[in-house]
Amino acid sequence: MSFEDIKLLLVEKFGQDVIDGEETTGIQPALLIKPDKIADVCLELRDNPKTHFDFLSCLSGVDHGVADGRFGVVYNLSSIPYHLQLTLKVSKPNNRDENELPSFPSVTSVYRTADWHEREAYDMVGIFFEGHPDLRRILLPDDWDGFPLRKDYTTAEKYYKGIQID
Amino acid sequence: MELINSKYNEALERYQKKIADASVEDMVLNMGPQHPSTHGVLRLELITDGEIVKDVIPHIGYLHRCFEKHAESLTYQQTIPFTDRMDYLASMNNSHAWVMGVERMLGIDKDIPKRIEYIRVLVCELNRIASHLIAIGTYGIDIGAFTPFLWCFSDREHIMGMLEWASGSRMLYNYIWVGGLFYDLPVGFEKRCREFVDYFKPKMVELNRLLTDNQIFINRTANVGVLPLDVAINYGCSGPVLRGSGLKYDLRRIDNYSVYPELEFDIPCGKGEMGTVGDCWDRYKVRVDEIDQSLKMIEQSLDRLENELKRTPDFDPRAKLPRKITPKPQDYYARAEGAKGELGFYFIADGRTEVPFRVKSRGPSFNNLSVLPELAKGVMIADLVAIIGSIDIVLGEVDR
Repeated sequence: MSFEDIKLLLVEKFGQDVIDGEETTGIQPALLIKPDKIADVCLELRDNPKTHFDFLSCLSGVDHGVADGRFGVVYNLSSIPYHLQLTLKVSKPNNRDENELPSFPSVTSVYRTADWHEREAYDMVGIFFEGHPDLRRILLPDDWDGFPLRKDYTTAEKYYKGIQID
Repeated sequence: MELINSKYNEALERYQKKIADASVEDMVLNMGPQHPSTHGVLRLELITDGEIVKDVIPHIGYLHRCFEKHAESLTYQQTIPFTDRMDYLASMNNSHAWVMGVERMLGIDKDIPKRIEYIRVLVCELNRIASHLIAIGTYGIDIGAFTPFLWCFSDREHIMGMLEWASGSRMLYNYIWVGGLFYDLPVGFEKRCREFVDYFKPKMVELNRLLTDNQIFINRTANVGVLPLDVAINYGCSGPVLRGSGLKYDLRRIDNYSVYPELEFDIPCGKGEMGTVGDCWDRYKVRVDEIDQSLKMIEQSLDRLENELKRTPDFDPRAKLPRKITPKPQDYYARAEGAKGELGFYFIADGRTEVPFRVKSRGPSFNNLSVLPELAKGVMIADLVAIIGSIDIVLGEVDR
């Protein structure tokens, strides 16, 4: 199935507004999906016998920078029976307030491997996943302040939990 | 400090309550981070009922070295030594995956001279053997067989010596560069390598007699930790763990990258010879068989390197190195078959600087380890050791 066919399939199933846009200039074309629909789209792509995207290769949380003001998640799917690859993207504007993290639906119910990947995205970029069964920090300690892969993160070289480091 | 939204602490509180409850009714047992059979600094929190493991909560991050943060502040070329430190048992495979991704983004992946590609495949396959030897040797020692461990390590030392000869370093090579290599192979490397292959083949037969067909070893591993194929795929398992569950899926064949399409090799997969498809013995056997396939690939590469791709005095492995590595603005997910499975790098290049905007690394061990709580439910503690060993994790890659 080509990229266009997959797009058509999703539009037929979920309507025109499920796709926010597409990026076809790069080596791997990507579909921008409406954030609320991402879990449904993944489920459809996984279970549809024509696509069978049964393998989530990678899930990356992205901070698009302070000027851009958006946070996104990138899903790299791959289909083992058809040897296909597909990139899905979701993104949302956010004001960088730690009490209002950007929030996307979790795809853990579709791909169990997303469990740890989403925990990592939460840990590093500060993206909240609605419906995740166990969204704790994974690589950093539970009491860590801030999200290190955010572009505005200041490294804790001078302080640790308010205590000055000499 | 600002008040943090209580929603974000729910999971942590749930976890703490679970552990508190479990310590009343059952027993909470910490395995690691300093435990020989967790293969590094992995901590497993076991909730046990007698000898039965009711639940496993892995805690990782003890070896977190901020790979992604480093990669965001260094140029593509400068990050190569950091990729070496991810899966430090198969460094060549990591830098190969990274370098291929960058080359593809620059659009120079088709211009790499054949000799360089064959040298890359040669050193990668040597490194894969070294990595699998560690997996097999330490697996033996987990189960209680001490001798295979020493045999594997002494054989691996030959590979380490050869790669040190080529790159100058014993484990962390920084040998494969974007657009070329650090140096050409040293004079006489091909001959030395052939001697090693001839020496090593009978050694594998011996090792198989000592460990693979050992009845005690089979009793400890067959029908233990059975991983069904659909679960393996859903958990993102790859490499020998996925192939052990019976699927012939190898990115060297699927993506046909580098010179792998020109090489002849089979993809071993689990057949359930000693028990069920996808048990610990199958995963172990896939690694043993892969060593044979890697030896086959090494011999074929050596044939090419000694004949039509012979070293010439004017051959410069750094001739194609780009002066400035500034890919066009794009994002690209590069994947390759590392020693442990699908090794991926997700790049976002902004097109202005030599520094990537965002890099995410997908370590195969990270995903393979995430299936452990599923595998370990209801097994005995001693079997848990066998299961961890069969997954073959490297904590450098889990934590990055």
